[in-house]
Amino acid sequence: MHVMSRLRIRGFATFAPSLSAISLILLFLVMTCSQRANALPAFARKYGLRCSACHESWPMLNYFGQKFKDNGYQLMNDRDAPIWQNPGYWPVTFRITPIWHRVSTGKVLVDTYTAGSTTPTGSAVQRVTTSGFDLSGLDFHTGGTLYKNISFYLLPSSDPTGAFHFETVMARLDNLWGSPWLNVKLGKFELDNLLSEKRILTLTGNGGIYQLYHFIPQGDGNIFGQMGDNQLGLEVMGHNYNDRSRYSAAILSSNDGTTQLPYGNSYTGFFTASQAFDAGRAGVQRIGGYAMVGEAPTTWLTQTGPNGTLPLPGGGIGNKPFSREGFVGLFYFGQHADLTVVTQHGEDNVWFGQGYGDLIDGVATGNNTTGTTLPAGARSPVWNGVLFEPHYVYSPQLIFIGRYETIRMAQQSTPGTPQSLGNISTYTIAMRYNPFMTSRAGFAWHNEYNWLHQDGVGPSLGLNTTNVNTSEFLTGFDFDF
Amino acid sequence: MRTRLRKSMLLLGVAAFFALPLASWAQVSTEQLQQWLNLPTSTSHIGNITGHAKAAAPEYRRFCVGCHGDLGDGNGEVAQWLDPPMYPKPRDFQLGVFKCRSTPTGTLPTDEDLFDTIARGLDRSSMPQWSNLTKVERADLVAWIKHFSPRWQNEKPGTPITIPPEPEVTPERIKAGREVFARVSCWKCHGVQGMANGPSAATLTDDLGRPIAPFDFTSGARPKCGDTDRDIYRIFMTGLDGTPMPSFADTIKPDEAWDLVFYLRTFMPQKSKEKELAKQLNLKPVDPNAPAGQQ
Repeated sequence: MHVMSRLRIRGFATFAPSLSAISLILLFLVMTCSQRANALPAFARKYGLRCSACHESWPMLNYFGQKFKDNGYQLMNDRDAPIWQNPGYWPVTFRITPIWHRVSTGKVLVDTYTAGSTTPTGSAVQRVTTSGFDLSGLDFHTGGTLYKNISFYLLPSSDPTGAFHFETVMARLDNLWGSPWLNVKLGKFELDNLLSEKRILTLTGNGGIYQLYHFIPQGDGNIFGQMGDNQLGLEVMGHNYNDRSRYSAAILSSNDGTTQLPYGNSYTGFFTASQAFDAGRAGVQRIGGYAMVGEAPTTWLTQTGPNGTLPLPGGGIGNKPFSREGFVGLFYFGQHADLTVVTQHGEDNVWFGQGYGDLIDGVATGNNTTGTTLPAGARSPVWNGVLFEPHYVYSPQLIFIGRYETIRMAQQSTPGTPQSLGNISTYTIAMRYNPFMTSRAGFAWHNEYNWLHQDGVGPSLGLNTTNVNTSEFLTGFDFDF
Repeated sequence: MRTRLRKSMLLLGVAAFFALPLASWAQVSTEQLQQWLNLPTSTSHIGNITGHAKAAAPEYRRFCVGCHGDLGDGNGEVAQWLDPPMYPKPRDFQLGVFKCRSTPTGTLPTDEDLFDTIARGLDRSSMPQWSNLTKVERADLVAWIKHFSPRWQNEKPGTPITIPPEPEVTPERIKAGREVFARVSCWKCHGVQGMANGPSAATLTDDLGRPIAPFDFTSGARPKCGDTDRDIYRIFMTGLDGTPMPSFADTIKPDEAWDLVFYLRTFMPQKSKEKELAKQLNLKPVDPNAPAGQQ
């Protein structure tokens, strides 16, 4: 009898053992499907190294992988230029993740109906839970070297519906004048975050990003300080030969990575510096800091037409400042355990705090035109956050991940606003199992649970609290080739 | 007819009887490796750091096994894709034969030699520089490498050769180096201009019969076993075991070896005093047909 039919016929008492059996069968299938794959991840295929050489657990880099990246995706073995590759070599990797997930969101505002009515008669707050099979977007990673010491990365990426955008497009001049201290990158790229969100080990909606990298206070109109988003600009970075010391400085358009200059003339700087230490058998320990300092428009030239008065693309003026800064620590405790810590202190100009900023996408709620004044007592929103991410690496093929992030408002922009409005706490636990480890393809059976709590962001409707809790469980196959 | 077949089968059986033990002697078993792992020889000593083979198991599995294989025999999964001479095959640690040594030819390298090789990597191969592993991690890997070969159980490493202080570069020394280059026939493999195009270059194989290319001094690449003058001196005097590059310790004197270092520098594209002097001397490539001593 078919397994699913049996599940339907039997009662709940027999459901749990059946579920265990299915899990075991699934585990068995995953563990026995360990033959070599035929497809080819770009860098591992080029150099013949296993995924585990560069990745703590794919896709998160270890310190050898970080050095490889800092060298411009080069091993510096005099065989980095594409001229040394077989002409059939094409540096491309595809990544996609089919999943099953269950998402549960508390305090969602829904319409209510009285008996016999076909139109809503009121509103209520309730938890909405949904589950089912799903897909991630598709990433086309292509990168490597165009010539010795000239590297590139191109990443067209789609959302789950197949709508594509350019996530990364960059070329980099490496080791200028023979020195690893001078590398110049131009294009759209991930900021030099020591804890890379693009190499995050978790996949759920809220756990698949670092909240710290995207936090925006409630009512704030500044989208430009999201250091987790790839940005357009120019980066100068350097490091010593064994990558223990490294720095980077980038000048970015304040447009959150959006092309075609929709936001006017404003720039942001992003700076990092870090130093690693040799801690014997414990591994390489790294500490560093980062700062993002920029300005972005709060005033928009407008144009009135058939659709009303709209902000003029490229017409952003009235630039106001914002900043994010913090410390990063990457600590290893031997061959199996490591911990990453990131802190952040963030501040937006009061105009952003009062809802001015990105009017193009409708995030901002007002236009700082002539004569506009701030409410009495309005001030800059300020917040602090911290992230802890421990890993237990049983082997390069099996990793357990945990994460706790919290962000606390230190100062609300509008006096009288509850201090905790917008605060976030989130926990994530995950397990990734790679049944094989070759230089040819990557495959992980991924399991993850995320729980996120945010203060004051739900509808009130007479409730004492408007805090919202969201949770998600996800299981799926994350693969690339 | 049937008798002849029976005899052939018998001979084949006898041959197999003797051949099988030989084959198993040549290959190291996992049981042996496990035993050797617990021997005192499965440690390394780099300065005041002691490396332990057992501690390196996860590192080896993470970084090395893809090329060098579980048994250290150089038959990792990617070995099949490496095509010499463009990409040399991974080292077979079971043989206990290493190119980069400070010890005389035919002897085992010191722990420091292996430690330095791991950090330096081997240019023009898939062996990267592992310099950003911690020193203890590298020392552990040295101990791990040693546990693969029975040589480490039976032999001690050679005594590092003595390298005399580097003399001053002079035009005379460069000219003398040119003489040595001709006399010991470096040009046969490396070519008269150091471009790796000597008459023997295309025929070279390593000890396992795999094609191997001589070093092209004009390419700007780093010599595999280090790019300082002392490193190049050491290569002449120790040879690169397992390759056609012999040791010249018995053929050339230490002073002549320095002369040769200076002459080889004139081939390299990097700016150097030797290159300047060679330009002033208007030095011509050696003539393979010139009588001995008349270059």
